[in-house]
Amino acid sequence: MSTGTENRTALQATTASWWDGWLTTVDHKRIGLMYLVASCVFMALGGLEALLMRFQLWQPNLELVSAGTFNQLFTMHGTTMIFFVVMPIQAGMANYLVPLMIGARDVAFPRLNAFGFWMFLFGGGLLYFSYIGAMGLYGSGSAPDIGWYAYAPLTSPAFSRGNSTDYWLLSTLLAGVGSVSFGINLIATIVTMRAPGMRLRVMPLFVWMMLVTSGLILFAFPPFTAAEIMILFDRHLGTHFFDTQAGAHGLLWQHLFWFFGHPEVYILALPAFGMISEIIPVFSRKVIFGYSSMVAATVGIGFISMSVWAHHMFTVGMTSTLDLFFSGATFLVAVPTGIKMFNWTATLYGGKLNLTVPMLFALGFLTLFLVGGLTGVMLAVVPMDWQLSDSYFLIGHFHFVAFGGILFAIMAAYYYWYPKMTGRILGRRLGLWHFWLQFIGFNLTFVPMHFSGILGMPRRVYTYQADAGLEIWNQISTVGAVITGLGLLCFVCNLVVSFRYGRVAGDDPWNAWTLEWATSSPPPSYNFERIPSVKSRRPLWDLKHPTDPDWLHE
Amino acid sequence: MSDSSPDAATAVARQPDPYAADDLQLLDPRKVGMACFLCSEAAFFTTLLVAYGLYIGQDTSGPTPAAALSLPLVSINTLLLLSSSGTIAAALNARQNGRRRACCTYLGFTILLGSLFLLGTGVEWQALISDHGLTLSRNLFGSTFFTLLGFHATHVGIGLILLLTVLILEARACLPPDSSAPELVGWYWHFVDGVWVVVFGVVYVLGR
Repeated sequence: MSTGTENRTALQATTASWWDGWLTTVDHKRIGLMYLVASCVFMALGGLEALLMRFQLWQPNLELVSAGTFNQLFTMHGTTMIFFVVMPIQAGMANYLVPLMIGARDVAFPRLNAFGFWMFLFGGGLLYFSYIGAMGLYGSGSAPDIGWYAYAPLTSPAFSRGNSTDYWLLSTLLAGVGSVSFGINLIATIVTMRAPGMRLRVMPLFVWMMLVTSGLILFAFPPFTAAEIMILFDRHLGTHFFDTQAGAHGLLWQHLFWFFGHPEVYILALPAFGMISEIIPVFSRKVIFGYSSMVAATVGIGFISMSVWAHHMFTVGMTSTLDLFFSGATFLVAVPTGIKMFNWTATLYGGKLNLTVPMLFALGFLTLFLVGGLTGVMLAVVPMDWQLSDSYFLIGHFHFVAFGGILFAIMAAYYYWYPKMTGRILGRRLGLWHFWLQFIGFNLTFVPMHFSGILGMPRRVYTYQADAGLEIWNQISTVGAVITGLGLLCFVCNLVVSFRYGRVAGDDPWNAWTLEWATSSPPPSYNFERIPSVKSRRPLWDLKHPTDPDWLHE
Repeated sequence: MSDSSPDAATAVARQPDPYAADDLQLLDPRKVGMACFLCSEAAFFTTLLVAYGLYIGQDTSGPTPAAALSLPLVSINTLLLLSSSGTIAAALNARQNGRRRACCTYLGFTILLGSLFLLGTGVEWQALISDHGLTLSRNLFGSTFFTLLGFHATHVGIGLILLLTVLILEARACLPPDSSAPELVGWYWHFVDGVWVVVFGVVYVLGR
């Protein structure tokens, strides 16, 4: 078997001849890395947009950016973070890890895989090209300013002149096509290419959650694509899909968008749950508590998440029957999520905790995601939602889920799998700085938003009134945002510095149990010289402990 | 690694292996991939159908479906497309039995029937546009009708290109006997037919 050092040299050598090494590659690991690197660039852009918004909100009636620019900033921030940061990170991690975890040499359709990546990158490029190219003949508006939800009739030609909305539509449409091809590919890989003996009931939980995620992608993205085509036709072919004067309903867009938009939340969150389910057992030195209930909860979330979408629409005036249904379904989805929280906590209980940086981020995930989940349950209560919808309370809630939950899990994953991907361990000192700055900064940014929201501060508005008691909360938020930014800067430094100077990882630095640690770091292009055969949920434990393998006890 | 004395290891090796008996019967990745793709396509068409169904009778101006749509032509069209599902099944059957000539003939018939369907759609649209003035931008009915049927017709067109490719490859004996490509194209074609059945039900039966 080739060693990690050799593979690492190969990794660096092909960085030089990048044309055939990266641009034309169909290797799942390289495509995974390209997803991850590209998402870092987009994260920097999305983060800068967030910082600009925070600076604008430092004081009431500040004019750092105009109202129109502010609209563009929150549109670009949301769109970037959802479609071009978290989606590609999940796709990148899944691309890199799933074939290794199931003991395969590549994904089922390597070229389709590359196609999906380039669609995503092209889409992201289009979105940001709008800053230069979207002026059109009208000279009005550069970046899209319709919000990441693009409600009708804001997107109609009358209200959105120029081409910015078209750039938004096309970029997200292309990214969606890329996601669907990714989902198809991953399902085919997981269903048909597992190593001998790896039955579904011993499959790693990350792979299980990616399987359910891919299923959600298949059913959530095409409706979104169809709805976007309807807007494009409305804008350019004169159709009337969302034209109320012709008898249509603007509300149709909201239903179609959230029919995609809510499963999308779980498309982003389930891979994060999977990462946590891999990391917590390894650093608690225990098997995961309740493997089967974890899988059942994942599948349950998959189904229930398809029927909660209109809880985003309680304030548009649906019938009380519909309100009741979607409120009930939303409570219901908290049950499997609660089961997961219970299982992770029970895995920690009595374990021999090893507080490495990935474990710190995993624990951060547990606490912050819990808070985000609880405020989510609050918002599922219809009268509560009427009071708090479209306020900063909501912003606080979903950033606790998307940033405190998902992004903390992603950071845990970066620290956990970086040694496998590069052969070096991310530095602990910088890692600790990163964790604490991000954890403190995050809480300073988003806890105050709950208060300013309850006090009545509406979202998506570029400024607020003086003497309404809102200044202090906004200023704490802005300070927190700067601290979070410093934390992320530490992260990027760590990524760069450790790639060259980090401690050499070896094949299995964490003494872990899943198959990706059975091969060298970084793995050779063919992953495994001999395809391993699997008998239990911890195949590597079985290899290390031939006298006391798991499969005797499972 | 701590407790690996050779004796203990052999003792474990003698234990019955719980998974030895059931070797995984894994599926063909291409078939799984195609099935997934068709699922996403189904979600796509469902959305267009929902929009169509929601807007039935919501128009503020004519022409209405009842006034514009004529059943005789579309019934012939439906027959053409449904029988093409039969011919492609026959083609795949012939291929499985190693009768390449018969397979190519049936594939040819399928392509002919599909092309006639497209031709019929063209004739229908010609009448709608010139006799009734119904276009994409005329009213809500026109918008939803042409979008839904246009996407379906596009899928028929893509199916025809795929069928033609398979026919040429098969006629030149370029496809190995165990290739799953013809069967997968067959799945796609059946799917397009299935979508048509639903479209026919919603547009020409319920919506008229």
